[in-house]
Amino acid sequence: MSAPAPKRHQASGSFSGGFSWAMARDLRLAWRHPDEAVLTVAFFALVASLFPLGIGAEPQLLARIGPGVIWVGALLAAFLALPGLFAADYADGSLEQMTLSPHPALGWAAGKVAAHWIVSGLPLTLLSPLIGLQYGLSPDTLGVQALSLLIGTPVLSLLGGACAALALGARGGGMLLALLALPLFVPVLIFGAGAAEAQATGLSATPHLSLLGAALIAALVGLPVAVGAAVRIAVD
Amino acid sequence: MTSRHRSGAPDVLQVRDLACRRGPALLFSGIDFEVAGGELLCVRGPNGCGKTTLLRCVTGLTRPDGGTILWRGEPAQTDPERMRAGTAYAGHLPSLKDDLSAEENLEFALRLRGVATTAEERREALAAVGLEKRRRIPARRLSAGQRRRIGLARLALDPADLWVLDEPLTALDDAGQELFVDLLDRHLAGGGLALAATHHRLAPASGVVRELRLA
Repeated sequence: MSAPAPKRHQASGSFSGGFSWAMARDLRLAWRHPDEAVLTVAFFALVASLFPLGIGAEPQLLARIGPGVIWVGALLAAFLALPGLFAADYADGSLEQMTLSPHPALGWAAGKVAAHWIVSGLPLTLLSPLIGLQYGLSPDTLGVQALSLLIGTPVLSLLGGACAALALGARGGGMLLALLALPLFVPVLIFGAGAAEAQATGLSATPHLSLLGAALIAALVGLPVAVGAAVRIAVD
Repeated sequence: MTSRHRSGAPDVLQVRDLACRRGPALLFSGIDFEVAGGELLCVRGPNGCGKTTLLRCVTGLTRPDGGTILWRGEPAQTDPERMRAGTAYAGHLPSLKDDLSAEENLEFALRLRGVATTAEERREALAAVGLEKRRRIPARRLSAGQRRRIGLARLALDPADLWVLDEPLTALDDAGQELFVDLLDRHLAGGGLALAATHHRLAPASGVVRELRLA
């Protein structure tokens, strides 16, 4: 028999260890299979482009509904990628290993949500000015629109992540997820779309953006913990 | 055999009066056992008697309905992170990503365990389980046994003192089973503990093997 191998130091966990682990892994998986991210962006572009075709090219009307339509499109597109956020890890046992990891749940939960935002919310934000041009939005409005999406889509990812974790293991999880998450998205939608609309009508967008920012801070503080707790319940 | 951790408390897992129910049915109750360094406890019993649930209770995945689990003399719940750092669990589910190669799967599995390894160490571990030539192939194109071997490489590099193994020999061929027994042997010789649910007879050359029968 060979001599026992020298054992290395006891494993130790940290928030950053869990965060970077989850983010690196999920981004690499998304890179291997870009179809989901592409689908999200394509869905957004298609939905937002269908409205002018259906309603007719009346510049004033389009400029009026533009911010709302773009926000609804972004919200639905961000929702598209949610069901798979934890379901695959649940099915192949990765979630068990994550709950048993010495890294705190807060770290990998935040990392997974961050990776989700990078492949869904961020591309939507970057694409939104282009879509906004179709609606004849002014440059100022386009800027505020993109800014509101930049602050708002991470909130959607965090809320959606918590709901996706809660819906794990339930039959008809996808439907349940829609029922859980979409109502919670409503305040984000109202303030997000409201910001660009206020800008377009010559009012200040600051109150809307401040409220969105406050929502983001609250979500950052509270929701990763909720995700970790929900996952723990799901794997039991 | 040397103590490998800071606290100085001996590596010992004690389970006292453990009970668990699944729905209305009582799965098991009054389970008492102790595993010390260098010992392997094989949990045996017919299908559905609660072997997997017992293992999951020990790791902390499933909350037991009664009883206590002591790790190094302290209740596991008081410092779950220390318990988790000291425990490697290999369950029914492989925890492998089909789109990642054997090498990447191993790397991420170890990073999740908070274990720092070099690419060279991981390559050697994969070579030791016979996956050297296939280490860059996506896991979806590996056979069931080869996928299990990735798990063996993970165990080989994990410094955890306690191994909790659920049917560790499933899908492994004779050579794979030998590899596993070798690994287990080395783990026990190094003062490690192991708890395994298995229908096979495990006979590592070193260490004490005991049995726990669930009715």
